[in-house]
Amino acid sequence: MTPALSARGVRKRYGDLEALRGVDLEIEPGEVFALLGPNGAGKTTFVEILEGFRARSGGEATVLGVDPERGDLVWRSQLGIVLQSAGFFEQLTPDEAVAHFATFYPNPLDPRRVVDMVGLADKRSSRCKDLSGGQKRRVDLAMGIVGDPELIFLDEPTTGLDPQGRRQMWEVVREFTRLGKTIVLTTHYLDEAEQLADRVGVIIAGQLVEVGTPRGIGGRERALARVTFALTGNLAGRPLPETGADTATRDGRVTITTATPTAVVAVLARWAEANGEPELPALAVSRPSLEDIYLAMVEAADGGEGREGDDA
Amino acid sequence: MTALPASPAEFRPNAPGRLIRLSLERTRIEIKTFFRAPDQVFFTFLLPVLFVVIFSTIFSGEIEGPPGVEKVEFSQYFVPGMIASGIVSATFASLAMTIAVEQHDGLLRRLSGTPLPRSAYFAGKVGLALFTAFVIVVLILAIGVVFYDVSLPTDPKKWAVLAAVFLLGVATCSLLGIAYTRLIRSSSSAAAIVQPPYLVLQFISGVFLQYSQVPPFLKVVAAAFPLKWMVQGLRYVFLPDWVAVDDYGGEWQVERVLLVLGIWLAVSFVLARVFFRWNRGYTG
Ligand SMILES: Nc1ncnc2c1ncn2[C@@H]1O[C@H](COP(=O)(O)OP(=O)(O)OP(=O)(O)O)[C@@H](O)[C@H]1O
Ligand SMILES: [Mg+2]
Repeated sequence: MTPALSARGVRKRYGDLEALRGVDLEIEPGEVFALLGPNGAGKTTFVEILEGFRARSGGEATVLGVDPERGDLVWRSQLGIVLQSAGFFEQLTPDEAVAHFATFYPNPLDPRRVVDMVGLADKRSSRCKDLSGGQKRRVDLAMGIVGDPELIFLDEPTTGLDPQGRRQMWEVVREFTRLGKTIVLTTHYLDEAEQLADRVGVIIAGQLVEVGTPRGIGGRERALARVTFALTGNLAGRPLPETGADTATRDGRVTITTATPTAVVAVLARWAEANGEPELPALAVSRPSLEDIYLAMVEAADGGEGREGDDA
Repeated sequence: MTALPASPAEFRPNAPGRLIRLSLERTRIEIKTFFRAPDQVFFTFLLPVLFVVIFSTIFSGEIEGPPGVEKVEFSQYFVPGMIASGIVSATFASLAMTIAVEQHDGLLRRLSGTPLPRSAYFAGKVGLALFTAFVIVVLILAIGVVFYDVSLPTDPKKWAVLAAVFLLGVATCSLLGIAYTRLIRSSSSAAAIVQPPYLVLQFISGVFLQYSQVPPFLKVVAAAFPLKWMVQGLRYVFLPDWVAVDDYGGEWQVERVLLVLGIWLAVSFVLARVFFRWNRGYTG
């Protein structure tokens, strides 16, 4: 199948700075792809090259089958773009601004419905200049999607939104996903990437260092689980049973790092029962979160120590 | 997952009907946003009004022609210059400055990410300029007629020339303002970059003085720009023929005025297309 978007060896120089050092990526139609990366990693640069706003210094790119540097208005009519920041129609209301944008597209959505979708129903008649930062961000989103695009670029769409606003934004993304649209978003919120994305890519210092599903990225699925519980009540001071796994005790809390957490918990349960404590106090079984994995990647790239097992 | 839809072949972004519809829509939005900023409205219309009042009050004499012809009041003499100046400030100066702001705050960038044709964006700007210039001309004439005995032409041909010079002048100066934004590097420097050429041209084109008082070598410079021709065409509309002998060496040369303005319109259209940048100055 033709990818919705493909980049091969995309580079970008700003003077002496190499903001992108050869990025390869393919995104399938219907996919939701999230780009993660620290400030200044090159996310906006990459996305804006794909949107046709910036010229690349090297490499190849196609978006909906077209080189973004040669994209015409027909191509533009299939894209929805929410920039990290852009100017406003200060004097128009959200309803007016969104309806105005709708006139640019061949098959727009109903502008009033779009304003509702982004949660601005009660602000539809206020001037944009009087909206709060998060409300303005919602107008950005509404103007970006009103053309009913095939491919939507969202550059940090939820930065500055309250939790409810983020959820509304997620709903919008899911609605477009159900309609088979392709979405490329950047974000600093790992839960957002986990909630929305089919795949995430981590870009650090201009290089795409990892691409994978939110569950599998960075070997997360294969990463060892951690079983923790507290040595309180009848268990205080008792010798631990042999589990065959890496075990550490600190401040009365036991952490066992294992590939077989179920078996470990079974052993622990029998041991606790035998010691007159039918419930293991504060028992938790966890895997590294996407955030743990992400931070480890960023630290590794910084030349720092990996985080895995650093509290074991 | 769905396959990519075929590119919608039936969508023709530059179809004439669509261009007209979007040009009108852009004009509507431009005028709407213009009126929502009352300070902008006030100052746009205040300046030409002040000019008329000040000029007509300070220069309250009259110009004597050759023996036997009726004299021309200064208040009448300066009407064409005021109108030309009002047109240039509503078009060239105002557009160059507002577009520079839109360029630098990223509104243009947002528009350029949509299938809005650039020509429709231009048309909206020209539409707004047309509207404000029209109001300014009406104000200048109304104040002149009511307070300073300015007389309007009776000959329909003169009205036709007034309309032609107005339309050509508005379109040309608007497009030049659009092209000129290329020289503006930040919105705070806009006024400083826009004002000088336009003030200098006003002087050497005879807006504020009799064209006969402009030194010959400056007349050569003035003749290379549209403002001098606009003033000349408008003087034909409002002044008796003997003034042309003093000021323009004999004839009003109306056909030549219209021809030069027509050429300038074509040139300014090309300049706007070549020099205007949707994306300029944005570093986000
Ligand atoms: N127009 C520009 N001119 C010069 N340098 C630029 C320009 N735009 C970006 N840069 C630099 O390129 C690097 C990447 O910037 P970019 O905006 O792509 O980062 P980002 O990943 O989007 O960051 P953030 O998370 O803060 O939005 C940064 O070091 C930035 O300073
Ligand atoms: Mg960014």
